Amino acid sequence: MSEGYLVDLALVLSAVLFAIGVGGVLLRRNAIIVFMCVELMLNAVNLSFVAFSRVHGIDGQIVVFFVISVAAAESAVGLALILAIFRHYESVDLELFRRLRW
Amino acid sequence: MIEFFFFLFAAMAVLSAIFMVTQVNPVASVLYLVVTFFSLSGLFVILDAHFIAAVQIIVYAGAIMVLFLFVIMLLNLGSTQPSDLRRGLGRVLAGSVAVALVAIFARLLMAGGDVEGLGGSSALDPLLESSGAVAAVAEPLFTRYLVAFEITSILLVVAIVGAVVLARRRAP
Repeated sequence: MSEGYLVDLALVLSAVLFAIGVGGVLLRRNAIIVFMCVELMLNAVNLSFVAFSRVHGIDGQIVVFFVISVAAAESAVGLALILAIFRHYESVDLELFRRLRW
Repeated sequence: MIEFFFFLFAAMAVLSAIFMVTQVNPVASVLYLVVTFFSLSGLFVILDAHFIAAVQIIVYAGAIMVLFLFVIMLLNLGSTQPSDLRRGLGRVLAGSVAVALVAIFARLLMAGGDVEGLGGSSALDPLLESSGAVAAVAEPLFTRYLVAFEITSILLVVAIVGAVVLARRRAP
């Protein structure tokens, strides 16, 4: 089979994984798992970047490299935030965090 | 042969992602997400991104997921937690948004046509053959993308300092 076929399949898989991530963000109330679903969405996008880099050259893989390092920074800060919020509420349930909601 | 492994890794990734979302115990969720990351890294190898596959395992499966696991165990969110899945309307909303997203992406992919008109082989093959998997990524990273690379290092320092400041215990 030709190579373009694999790229198409990778794009479909990336769409499915992204949709699972969005569904997880809406489905769960545990802040840590919502955060993990965001990581899953980032990875789905990474997969489509890698698939496109097969067609358009190496630049896609370099974007993935930057996405991974930004995701690492983001998860460190995010988990520190969750820790700080947990100290205040004694819970990670998103329903309880209503101070900035209407 | 390549197709077989592609479908194997794709099925592993999708199934463990679904288990990650539906599993009540957060520790099990993290472990399923690690399985997803490993199968994605296998897919990266199939798609000629060997260096990215290694970075995926080292950074994501090795560092980020350990951080998640560490926080879950630090906060003692084990299996004794009540289920945090939304019920009723929230569940219907989550499912329908996910299905609608897949439908939209499927429509876009259909409308875009396929990318098969590119001579059949990967555009990366000559590059990978001449300079190898690591040098192919490193060469543009340290020339054309040097500024972005340096800014990333600043971002990481800011993230480290920010995480320490945020997670520090305030004096009473």
